[in-house]
Amino acid sequence: MLQETYELVRDSLPALVAGAATTLELVVIALIFGFVLAVPLALMRTSKNPIFMGFAYGYIFYFRGTPLLVQIYLTYYGLGQFEAVRESFLWPIFREAYWCAIIAFSLNTAAYTAEIFRGAIQAVPHGEIEAARAVGMSRVLQYRRIILPSAFRLALPAYSNEVILMLKGSALASTITILDLTGAARVIVSRTFAPYEIFITAAVFYLLITFVITRGFIWAERRLNPQLRRPA
Amino acid sequence: MLHGYEDQLWIGLKMTIGVASLSLLVGLVLGMLGATAKLSSNIFARKLADTYTTFVRGIPELILLLILFYGGTILAQKLFSALGSEEYVEIDAFTAGVLTLGFVFGAYATEVFRGAILSIHKGQIEAAQAIGMNRLQVFRRIMLPQVWRFALPGIGNLWLVLLKDTALISVIGLDELMRKTYVAAGSTQDPFTFFAFAAVIYLTLTAISMAVLQTAEKRLTRGVKQI
Repeated sequence: MLQETYELVRDSLPALVAGAATTLELVVIALIFGFVLAVPLALMRTSKNPIFMGFAYGYIFYFRGTPLLVQIYLTYYGLGQFEAVRESFLWPIFREAYWCAIIAFSLNTAAYTAEIFRGAIQAVPHGEIEAARAVGMSRVLQYRRIILPSAFRLALPAYSNEVILMLKGSALASTITILDLTGAARVIVSRTFAPYEIFITAAVFYLLITFVITRGFIWAERRLNPQLRRPA
Repeated sequence: MLHGYEDQLWIGLKMTIGVASLSLLVGLVLGMLGATAKLSSNIFARKLADTYTTFVRGIPELILLLILFYGGTILAQKLFSALGSEEYVEIDAFTAGVLTLGFVFGAYATEVFRGAILSIHKGQIEAAQAIGMNRLQVFRRIMLPQVWRFALPGIGNLWLVLLKDTALISVIGLDELMRKTYVAAGSTQDPFTFFAFAAVIYLTLTAISMAVLQTAEKRLTRGVKQI
């Protein structure tokens, strides 16, 4: 029995490792795109211009208010329905489940990240901004030198949660035929019908990745906030 | 517009709300138990609760659901045959869904409740003990009324997450909103309309929940000074 389990897990490891690599790839690419989108969204969300603010509000409300699964299906199954999409130069992208997952994940994490940044921007101590103004910095310079760096530091703990949520959300890629960690596990299970062993092994993989991410963020937080370190 | 699938989607919506509500109940109970365990002086209870929250928060909901759905049936089967029963048991999609989502909700709720319990002033508990209340009375009369107030924003957020997570159960074939939408989208060849419609329904549920939560929060904090 134990021998059997061991062999089963051992034989499925290569496929699971390949799946884990795909998962990491999806998550990293989506996080990068999401981050790039989130900064302007957060700025729009805190802007006084009602059009910018309204757009960012609507965007964030939609992506935070609907299941990620709906967003994935809409991108993968929904868009292909339109002739205009099928005939456009973007079709090679929307045809691939892989890119659809990346698009859905990026747009989704951008909404959550924008909301985190908004909170952080608003939490930047007012004195810092006044000081920047007092030395004559322009709006842009204030944002570049004072507000954004401070906000990123403040956002770090909440952002680490978002990264973990994105990792867990990426399991949904398996529903549109992608062989990520979950997808690989599901294929092996359908072949061996050993759901326990395989899914639990996959779960351990996810736990390990989560652990590394958490550690990484603790390290980054300590590096970026030297004032919080205990004096040597 | 919906090609006559309105009835099916309505059935799905009711199932979604049912699953979410039941999971909420399971999750609240688990969260309360978890928070009590985390704050207890018993080291075994503390470790158990720590393990629970660490594991559940680090594993995708989909994997947990699959473990419970496929693995649960095998486990139940083994358990029953070990007890000498020949009966065929199966964990159905509904049970697996409620248990998984409740389990996940409970792990996050543990932290919310723990924070809420910790934000009750020590002096109040000491005062209650000083006038001779026993532990149960302190819990019921002093802690519980305030824990709800402190925990509501956190629990509200978890409810919004839970509502959306119910869509996952469609993967194991429970006929809730997402599954009904998927089937309708496939047979009508009109996926965009149906998935967009589902998105609107989920947004509506979210909006309603947010409005209710806001009202509840106002009501619960009506005796508290607002800054």
